[in-house]
Amino acid sequence: MNLRRTWAVARKETLHVARDPRSLALAIALPVLMMLLYGYALRLDVDDVPLAVWDRSGTPQSRELVARFSGSRYFRVGGIRGGYREIEQSIARGDVLAALVIPDDFTAKLAGAGGAPVQLLLDGSDSNTATVVLGYAEIVTQRYSGDVRLRMAAAAGVALPREPLAFRPRVWFNEEMTSRNFIIPGLIAVIMMVISAMLTSLTVAKEWEQGTMEPLIATPLQPSELVIGKLVPYFALGMLDVLLCVAAGELLFQVPLRGSGALLFGMAAVFLVGALTLGMLFSIVAKSQMLATQMAMVMTFVPGFLLSGFVFPIWSMPVPVQAATRLIPARYFVSLLRGIYLKGAGLSVLAGEASLLVLFGVVVVGLSIRKFRKKLE
Amino acid sequence: METIRAVDLSRRFGETVAVDRLNLSVEEGELFGLVGSDGAGKTTTMRLLSGVLDPTGGEAFVLGRPVRSEAAAIHREIGYMSQRFGLYADLTVQENIDFYADLYGVSGKARTERVAELLAFSGLAPFRDRPAGNLSGGMKQKLGLSCALIHTPRVLLLDEPTNGVDPVSRRDFWRILYRLLREKVTIFVSTAYLDEAERFRRLAFLHEGRLLAMGTPDALKAALPGVVVEALSDAPRQAAVRLRGALGESSPVGILADRVRALVRGPGDAADRVNAALSGATFPCGEARVVEPTLEDVFVGMLSARDGTAP
Repeated sequence: MNLRRTWAVARKETLHVARDPRSLALAIALPVLMMLLYGYALRLDVDDVPLAVWDRSGTPQSRELVARFSGSRYFRVGGIRGGYREIEQSIARGDVLAALVIPDDFTAKLAGAGGAPVQLLLDGSDSNTATVVLGYAEIVTQRYSGDVRLRMAAAAGVALPREPLAFRPRVWFNEEMTSRNFIIPGLIAVIMMVISAMLTSLTVAKEWEQGTMEPLIATPLQPSELVIGKLVPYFALGMLDVLLCVAAGELLFQVPLRGSGALLFGMAAVFLVGALTLGMLFSIVAKSQMLATQMAMVMTFVPGFLLSGFVFPIWSMPVPVQAATRLIPARYFVSLLRGIYLKGAGLSVLAGEASLLVLFGVVVVGLSIRKFRKKLE
Repeated sequence: METIRAVDLSRRFGETVAVDRLNLSVEEGELFGLVGSDGAGKTTTMRLLSGVLDPTGGEAFVLGRPVRSEAAAIHREIGYMSQRFGLYADLTVQENIDFYADLYGVSGKARTERVAELLAFSGLAPFRDRPAGNLSGGMKQKLGLSCALIHTPRVLLLDEPTNGVDPVSRRDFWRILYRLLREKVTIFVSTAYLDEAERFRRLAFLHEGRLLAMGTPDALKAALPGVVVEALSDAPRQAAVRLRGALGESSPVGILADRVRALVRGPGDAADRVNAALSGATFPCGEARVVEPTLEDVFVGMLSARDGTAP
């Protein structure tokens, strides 16, 4: 490989990029736009669940139970209803996700042997959310009945035995358990996968389509020089995109970066080499700009979003699909970024993922150089 | 010394045979022309000789090396200009030249001198900062030539370099090629323009992928079977119809502005036969006279002899 020829290709490719303001603007605006869109829209937190209340009892006790719900950060009372028909309609329309029904004999039965029945109706169409809401409702009602029990015991002058178990959970890495902290690092990885492949998917096919490849074939230029030279400007552009994404995570979404920034950008660089060259490989194989961009979109977007573990946890996928995710480089970059961002993990912990990214880069670069034939067909 | 040689060189694309067992050789320092109409296989031949396309049969040699197996070595020695403009429209004249200079590893003082020389003799110096896409057709071709010449190649392969170029620029272009000949560069040019073919030292006629004839322009003209006769006419179209009827299918007849032109074959005095054919016409015709054949006559004659009909 001749450095001078590589550099010549890098320089002329940089001029192409610099003189195409529309593509350049797109290359910079698109990742930021995707960050905003997915960063704000994609929330997995379940709080402020709208709850309908039908309080048929209307006693201080029933009102206290309702206040326990509305007072928690998980629920807000989204309307008082006066019957099952109304409740059914609000759930069907999606105005509320759940409804609390307190029967008229609630207060009377509180002291009784069988306990006072309280009904919770749940919209189970989104099973995940329903499960979470059910869990919240159970905690609220358990606390309420515990307190009522204590009060009754105090009134009767008996001492209740203390709770046998003192449960002290501590959440690590994402103490407030905000889904944003989990989503943003993964989002950066997925966005970079898609953008990188798109950036380079045109570059080789364009030369074939515009007739500039034929004279190049007749020069001493080698495939490795062409591939690596073309990579240079897009690598710089890709690193700029990473910087923009990280800045957006920091400034707009306040995601804490606990690990080393140098490690983050270092790993991003390794990933970019592979992902950019993958786009170029599509361009080399397709020899048509149209086909190459389509290949880049389909081959990075869908696996990037579905199989990288960015939103959908890999451990809950069927085993064959889990195996397939191992072939998705975005998967390793997602877990690398999460490790660096939230866990502050260093290279000693992330060495496995890091070396797989290096392997990905080496394989794709090697394949691109091999696949590029310096001949017409 | 033999610079370019094709031995049974063939290329097929699926069922189509683009170049069929081509044999030719070009001497060092020669200006050699590959002449033929569109679709004759000129571009495929140029690509095979320059090593940008692999043959499906036979072999090409450039500077004594087999093109297929030693393409890398050959690419350092040759300059190739493809038929389609192959430079970067968004790069300036200077940037395009610089890029090719880097690819060929031309550097230092040699580079400065070479670039200045190429810009001067191509007349591109005033346009060095203009994007290549904004150049006129002739200027584009001169830029393409400059890029192909940046490393002072010993062999130059030009695929229809004057196609779509205005006559003045074409003259400039040829002037540049003649200059290169003085430096012992071997130049292999393809063209569809028969008037340009007179400029070649030797040429080969290509038709449907096959070599029809090869030689110097004079030799090819001398070998023409038949005599070219011209007659002025007020109604050249009708005169041509009459002549075709009188001379038969073996003698192609054409119209040239206010004249009819026929390649007369067969026994008897050619001019007399034309005069006889035109004498009974209702429209006035001039005296027929024998003229020097052009390469166009040769080409047309060969095609008609081959196909048995006038084109």
